[in-house]
Amino acid sequence: MKKWGVIICAIFLAMTTHAQHIEVCSTCTISTLKEAINNAQRFDTITVKPGTYKEHNIIVDKPLIIKGENYPVIDGELKGEVFTIVSDSVTVDGLFIINVGTSYTEDYAALRVKNSKYFVIQNLVLEKLFFGIYLEKSNYGKVYHNKIIGNAVEEYNSGNGIQLWYSNHIEIEHNYVERVRDGIYLEFSDNCLIKNNVSANNVRYGLHFMFSNTDTYQDNTFENNGAGVAVMFSKHIKMFNNTFKENWGTASYGMLLKEINDSEIIGNTFEENTIGINIEGSNRITYRNNDFVKNGWAIKVRGACYTNTFTENNFLYNSFDIAYNSKVNDNVFDKNYWSNYTGYDLNKDGIGDIPYRPVKLYSYIVNRTPETIILLRSMFIDIIDFSEKVSPVFTPDNLLDNNPQTKRITW
Amino acid sequence: MLKILKYSFFDLIRSRWSYVYFAFYLLLGVVLLFLNNDLSKAVITLMNVIIVLVPLIGTIFGVMYYYNSKEFTELLLAQPLKRSSIFLGQYLGVAMSLSMSLILGLGIPFVFYGLFKSNAIWDFSLLLITGTFLTFIFTALAFNIALSNDNKIKGFGYAILLWLLLAIIYDGVFLMSLIFFEDYPLDKLSLIGTMLNPIDLSRTLILLKLDISALLGYTGAIFKQFFGTSFGLIISFIMLIIWVILPVMRIMFKSRKKDF
Repeated sequence: MKKWGVIICAIFLAMTTHAQHIEVCSTCTISTLKEAINNAQRFDTITVKPGTYKEHNIIVDKPLIIKGENYPVIDGELKGEVFTIVSDSVTVDGLFIINVGTSYTEDYAALRVKNSKYFVIQNLVLEKLFFGIYLEKSNYGKVYHNKIIGNAVEEYNSGNGIQLWYSNHIEIEHNYVERVRDGIYLEFSDNCLIKNNVSANNVRYGLHFMFSNTDTYQDNTFENNGAGVAVMFSKHIKMFNNTFKENWGTASYGMLLKEINDSEIIGNTFEENTIGINIEGSNRITYRNNDFVKNGWAIKVRGACYTNTFTENNFLYNSFDIAYNSKVNDNVFDKNYWSNYTGYDLNKDGIGDIPYRPVKLYSYIVNRTPETIILLRSMFIDIIDFSEKVSPVFTPDNLLDNNPQTKRITW
Repeated sequence: MLKILKYSFFDLIRSRWSYVYFAFYLLLGVVLLFLNNDLSKAVITLMNVIIVLVPLIGTIFGVMYYYNSKEFTELLLAQPLKRSSIFLGQYLGVAMSLSMSLILGLGIPFVFYGLFKSNAIWDFSLLLITGTFLTFIFTALAFNIALSNDNKIKGFGYAILLWLLLAIIYDGVFLMSLIFFEDYPLDKLSLIGTMLNPIDLSRTLILLKLDISALLGYTGAIFKQFFGTSFGLIISFIMLIIWVILPVMRIMFKSRKKDF
């Protein structure tokens, strides 16, 4: 489909022979963006010179390239939406958009793309915003190198950094999103690629997925978000080499999986989160080569999770490796490295000779009476954990790693 | 008092037991580092050891020293010396020599391993500080037991019982009561329960450093305030100091009244 886009673009370009160049500055004949867009022909380039432009509700209704020089400031004066793109093949590049209006009835965005295709949004800096970049029923677009810095404090009166709604085949790369409600939010958006982004210090989620299938996200960093990353009601998701860090709090997860099926989670790092991954109603997921480092709970399995496989992961110094709340287990744990493993390897093949039981009795007790967390690492707890290990009564007796590695796995 | 302190201290430093104790920690430190190749993991393992072992050794050693030096104490009592200074001097001598064995024994291998360049240095120093506090607390408790019991066997029995109670049984009862009263709001109770046991208190203090991400998983404003801010650290240290002062006061009080 991408090729089609290029071909269509080429045809359009061929049809419009005289692509013109329009300059906007405070002393030019054309001093506002709105004027420039009105005067422009299809496929013209509008160059915005440095300065401050107090404009809002700028509607881009024809294919244009809008380019800022040295980040001209587009000030929405808190009056409403700043840019609305309703045409195909629009490029917006290098603008500094501030003061987007806040509303409780409408989702004002710094830049909204509506029912359009083949757009490119790059090198924007957004500050003091409600919603940042809002893609609505728009396909085949690219969102590159944008910096979105919000000042959200509460969930109810803040918006999302990059929001996709019924938008397919979008590439989101190298963006930096900070202090908004959800850093990147996808709803009903399929076949998207989210790569090399940093989403940090957001009020709610760093990344939020709903009803979005066959998406890939890789090499992103999600750090210190209110509730980490939530991936819900989706299938065929690929999550590669992301970093989930320091998401602390009672309802905070490195990653929250709810109703996710047939997905792959490979090569990610979960570091110092209260809960590394919280899994609920998720089936047929492959977890491989992930590092779980110093989390409160590396993996918390809530229920209705079947045929998941956890192979060749490193579980390093977590307070709890795995927590289960039922006695039934249908998931496979194999060939992982567990730093809490106390067995031996007599034949020196790198595989521990006795199986490892990742679920401890104490994690059940904490699940039931959360206050008992205060007894963590107490000798009494070690004793009851040991007795449970010798003869499992409360923990699923088939939940074990039969081939625990004796050395940290590298890949 | 200083003279007696000095005498006790040097007497203990020359004794075989402090060397054994020192060598044990030295060996422990070296072996842990050798096996783990990782400072922060070694600190976690050490925490488990320190919390259980330091109180045990402090209690046993304190009781042992008191009974062994009883004749010398009686000799001193015949001199024109204040009773409190005799016993306080002895107590400080024991506690300080034990703490020194702990700090040097663990410190030397870690320093050679490159502690100053690693970021585990704060965790490690917290470990040593709590270890020292535990030594002072449990030696004081041991002196209390020994002062109250002239019978050696009884004294040793009580000392071991005290250790068993605080290190293991207390946590068991604590856990059972938390589960039993789980329908009620428990965060205050659990924090107070921790404060009342010096071993739990030091454990929590170290948890604040090592397992903060897990501790923040519990919903509760008081927990959050306690663990999320430096409030917890300050309160814990104040409680540890109180835990040293109270038994020491009792040593002074008891020794003044006691018939020898």
